[in-house]
Amino acid sequence: MPLLAVAFGLIVGAVLIVVSGDNPLVAYRAMLEGSLGGSDAIGRTLEKATPLVLGGLAVAFAFKAGLFNIGGQGQLLLGAAFSAWVGFNFDLPAVIHIPAALIVGGLAAAILGGLAGLLKATRGVHEVISTIMLNFVAANFTEWMVSRDGPWKDPEGGAIARTPLVQDSADLPRIAGLPTGFLVAVLAAVSIWWLVNRSTLGFEVKTVGSNPKAAAYAGISVTRIIVITMGISAFLAGLGGAIQTLGVNGRFEPGFQTGLGFDGITIALLARTNALAVIPAALLIGAMDAGSTLMQARTNVEPEVINVIQAMILFFVAAPSVVRWILQLSEAEDVDTGVDLATGWGTT
Amino acid sequence: MTASAPPLTRSASNLNSYVARNAKALAGLGVVVVALIVAYRWDGTQTTAVMARTVREAAPLILAALCGLVGERSGIINIGIEGQLLLSAFCGFMVGSYSGSIILAVVAALAVAGLAGTFLAWTSIRLRMDQIIAGTVINIFAIGATSFFYVPNRTMATIPTVSLGFLSDVPLVGPMLFDHGPLTYAALVAVAVVHVALFETRWGLRTRAVGEHPSAADTVGVDIFRLRYLNLTLAGMLAGLGGMALIQSAGVFNRGMSNGKGFIALAVMLIGRYRPTGVLAAALLFGFFNALQAQLQFKQVFDIPPQFFGMIPFVLTIAVLAIAGISVRPPAAVGKHYEKE
Repeated sequence: MPLLAVAFGLIVGAVLIVVSGDNPLVAYRAMLEGSLGGSDAIGRTLEKATPLVLGGLAVAFAFKAGLFNIGGQGQLLLGAAFSAWVGFNFDLPAVIHIPAALIVGGLAAAILGGLAGLLKATRGVHEVISTIMLNFVAANFTEWMVSRDGPWKDPEGGAIARTPLVQDSADLPRIAGLPTGFLVAVLAAVSIWWLVNRSTLGFEVKTVGSNPKAAAYAGISVTRIIVITMGISAFLAGLGGAIQTLGVNGRFEPGFQTGLGFDGITIALLARTNALAVIPAALLIGAMDAGSTLMQARTNVEPEVINVIQAMILFFVAAPSVVRWILQLSEAEDVDTGVDLATGWGTT
Repeated sequence: MTASAPPLTRSASNLNSYVARNAKALAGLGVVVVALIVAYRWDGTQTTAVMARTVREAAPLILAALCGLVGERSGIINIGIEGQLLLSAFCGFMVGSYSGSIILAVVAALAVAGLAGTFLAWTSIRLRMDQIIAGTVINIFAIGATSFFYVPNRTMATIPTVSLGFLSDVPLVGPMLFDHGPLTYAALVAVAVVHVALFETRWGLRTRAVGEHPSAADTVGVDIFRLRYLNLTLAGMLAGLGGMALIQSAGVFNRGMSNGKGFIALAVMLIGRYRPTGVLAAALLFGFFNALQAQLQFKQVFDIPPQFFGMIPFVLTIAVLAIAGISVRPPAAVGKHYEKE
């Protein structure tokens, strides 16, 4: 079924490409080549997919506790900025420097997310409100840090707002041609899967998510779980920003990856909030992203067409009945769409 | 004498109970009015500029938040408002730009945002799709489609402001309320219309019933699905007006120009506790912080980096909520699929 959804999404995209006067076969061929043709292309796909895995995990994990973290973008920015700071400001051996930079980036984001959790648990401030607002706060804050008067401004950058390049010892290397960052992201996905399905904390998180009153009655501290969940969720998003900084960009520049936090929502939904399913979902979106550059170079198709394709894939994944109707398949057993995200809305 | 006495007492007690029910809101309103008078006496020009901008900034948020409110009151979560704003701003702009007609532009904006609302209702009712997913589909689609069909370097005629005669000459209040673009008036009128419709009409009663207790509404013969289709479409049109409000003064469309306003509108709806008057207050509050920030920065009153001014509206909104400790109770049936018996 998911493969059919992808196929239908591509068909809709093809229609758009035809409308704009290009050949969809040429365009998709270029997209495929740019994402999977050769080791460079695959490396690019993995690089693009890495923050998507972590952004998707962030949203998916928060959903388990019935929390909607729309703050991925701000958390990612904090993670990126703080990891860049550790990266350029300290001289450490790589074995310490890289993990330190990743963890500091993640923790900075976790504080922001934990704050949203604390506001929710103690003051009843809806996490959708606080995380949206904190996105703008984080964007302004990180922009200032590297602006003309900011403390982390690159002295050699002239008028450009950015941090200096991180030291070589903080540079995320490739292991056997694979970006290390992607391996970290996969590790994070497996850890979250374990946490959710095998640990006591995960059980408590899910209990709070399904029925906070029952959870409190059973002796679970709902406040604690909400703060921890938001903290972990934000840590993941921040880690995504940190990996992007250390492994790809080499420094922090404000406003990079705008919209990435929202891609996290898409991926979490595509994966039906399953931590392991986040990986293929992110790879799919990452491959399209990586391939869109070559597609634009060869055919003048605007790369944003992939957003339309993604929207259609998400739609078809969530609406199996439409796929069955188009293909005139028999109404087999109604597949459970897996998640009931909407019912978590607004619970305090 | 005796004949006229009962109605008199009744209206008096009506007034009393109205005051009692809305004591906090009225007290808040009083404080705002006093603060405005003091500020105006202190610096008339600046106060007028800030307050006029407050209303202008609030308008798209009001319309977008009312869109979310009508949807949720009918039992359907709409996180696709951001996409509706973007789609309607884009379509309104393109139609306005090529046809030269503002009327056609507004029609196009209403149509596309209304259609997105219908889509949301359809996915929820017919496909039983999760409403968060459906809203996200709208958002991503809007980003993609509006960028894909984007034509650089086009402009459209700006929509002229309409000064309401002598009213616009009243100090402070005139520029604040009676000297705006038509869509800003539309936002203010929409608050009143939605409020009256929601709480004083049969449609409103049914809508609230469908959002709170659909099976009860079903029992008394309300066609739940029809009402949800209707309401989500109408609500989408409110967002369509909001999209037009985004482009009314500048006459240009930029990629991603909704810039999170649809999500801020969700916050405004929640802060306003699903009430149109609450939405008005929350949007004005947010608009005020924004206007204040812009004015302080413009006048360079303090030597503070612009980014810190940029944070003010967001930090203050969180602070206000944390201090007021406002918790929100959404309509009971929101987000749930309804099964007909």
